Amino acid sequence: MYDAELFLPLSREEKTDAEMMRPSRTYWQDVRERLMRDKLAVLGLLVIVLIVALAVFGPVLSPYEYDAQDFMMSNEPPSGAHWFGTDMFGRDIFVRVLYGARISLAVGFLASFISLFIGVIYGGISGFTGGKTDNIMMGIVDVIYSVPMMIYVILLMVVVGPGLKSIFITLGISYWAPMARIVRAEVMRLKNEEFILAARVLGASPGRILLRHLIPNAMGPILVTLTFSIPGAIFTEAFLSFVGLGVSAPMASWGVLSSDAVGSLAIYPWQLFFPAGAISITILAFNFLGDGLRDALDPRLRK
Amino acid sequence: MRKYIFRRVLASLLTLFVVITLTFFMMRAIPGGPFTDEKAIPSFVLEKMMSRYGLNDPLYVQYGRYLLNVMRLDLGPSYRYEGMTVNELIAGSFPISAVVGSIALVLALIVGIPAGIISALKRGKLPDRFAMILATLGVTVPNFVVAAALVYIFAWRLGWVTVGFWEGISTAILPAVTLAGYPAAFISRLVRSSMLEVLQQDYIRTAYSKGLSGRAVVYVHALKNAVIPVITYIAPLTAGILTGSFVVEQVYGVPGLGTFFVTSITNRDYTTIMGVTIFYSALLVSFNLIADVCLAFIDPRIKLK
Repeated sequence: MYDAELFLPLSREEKTDAEMMRPSRTYWQDVRERLMRDKLAVLGLLVIVLIVALAVFGPVLSPYEYDAQDFMMSNEPPSGAHWFGTDMFGRDIFVRVLYGARISLAVGFLASFISLFIGVIYGGISGFTGGKTDNIMMGIVDVIYSVPMMIYVILLMVVVGPGLKSIFITLGISYWAPMARIVRAEVMRLKNEEFILAARVLGASPGRILLRHLIPNAMGPILVTLTFSIPGAIFTEAFLSFVGLGVSAPMASWGVLSSDAVGSLAIYPWQLFFPAGAISITILAFNFLGDGLRDALDPRLRK
Repeated sequence: MRKYIFRRVLASLLTLFVVITLTFFMMRAIPGGPFTDEKAIPSFVLEKMMSRYGLNDPLYVQYGRYLLNVMRLDLGPSYRYEGMTVNELIAGSFPISAVVGSIALVLALIVGIPAGIISALKRGKLPDRFAMILATLGVTVPNFVVAAALVYIFAWRLGWVTVGFWEGISTAILPAVTLAGYPAAFISRLVRSSMLEVLQQDYIRTAYSKGLSGRAVVYVHALKNAVIPVITYIAPLTAGILTGSFVVEQVYGVPGLGTFFVTSITNRDYTTIMGVTIFYSALLVSFNLIADVCLAFIDPRIKLK
């Protein structure tokens, strides 16, 4: 004799209740969560968002124009009316720093994206093709690596002439070698995986495999390299402006502002302090974000 | 070993060749001749100058001549400093940069390496935190800002040093400290991470189990492997100090090669720009080569590659 009640099928609720299961998450959701737990990285991200917002909206909201001169108000110290003081032409330094942020950030992002584009294509082709082609292409990258880049950037700027567009182009075509190396290494690692074989069996063309399968899977390292190359570009632009090869007046990047302020440093130190602080904070923020991103993408690297 | 060195020398020469070629054609690509100026030069004078410097010859003849001259270590005459050769100009200003640069290099090493070691040994504790904050600042603050800040504090506020002219070693200290900032920070991070890695290896445990003191293990056994990345970093380090010198020398008024290079850019003194670029590249390529060869001697694993 048995009790029929014991052998009743479980209802669906009871079944799922007993299962030990978490909702499945994608790799990127995982990365995001790890990144959000990294306080410094979050801080970096917030600072970057804030600076971008200030650069975009700040100059519009300020009562001053970046190129409006007022000789009655030249070299004023920071005050309620001029938060960061004024420069020798009586221009408001706060709005000039905000405006400079536009230029410096534009240089940072655009130049990095150009070098990202070149580096990804170059490294992708090199790694995917392999063999002799790879040897030659990487030989070229090795040569580029051992060339003192900064000197060549200066030389290129002399050739194409100063100006914002020249800076984009020059930095973009100069600093793609690290990206190419990283993409190549990733592609080399991934190209023998089974999902690539599957794509090949399905008849996907090499171009499609590279663009749709390999590069998206190499996105992690690409992103990290990008995060570090943006501050690099900002830094280089500041350096070039400082040497006198940057954007031309009355436009002003942070480098130009700092360079202008050095002459009168002894008397008006705050004129240097604000643009220099802006550069440093931005670079620091990108570094924090980059470090956090690297750890989040590859938790094994965390020490 | 000999084969490895031979290959490296060959690669360096190839790099130099590429550098010279690139520089030559880039300079030729600049719109307007080297004598284009605000005030027009009479055409017969221009003609005379062009023929004197051999600029009327076909491009490949000029290129061949330049290549040959560079091989004979002759960088040609300056277009702006009448009667001076680029060699003389470099010989006049480079020693000053070399003094400042060497002090900076030594400073970067004697600050960076110990800081990295201490940081690794006291990992997560106060000294480590402190050193790493400084190191992060060191790599994020642009060197012209550091230069300006140091000038403001030590020259204007405290009046300890004078800036704006060259008086030998005493005026070299501040520029050297400024130049050393970034590499010192970078080295300390490098040493820290490699030290942490080395300390976890088996041979370190073996050394401890033999009863060696902690000091002997760290400074004799671990350090040897932990400084290897620093040697690899020597070439980029030199590059950083060289390029850093462009602005730092300007801020401090040091009449070195950096200042000179920047002036020749503003003057559009093409032969000088070319000459200094090639000189810098040669210097770097040699440092790279030296570092590679040293590394091959120190680390036998390298040869296997």
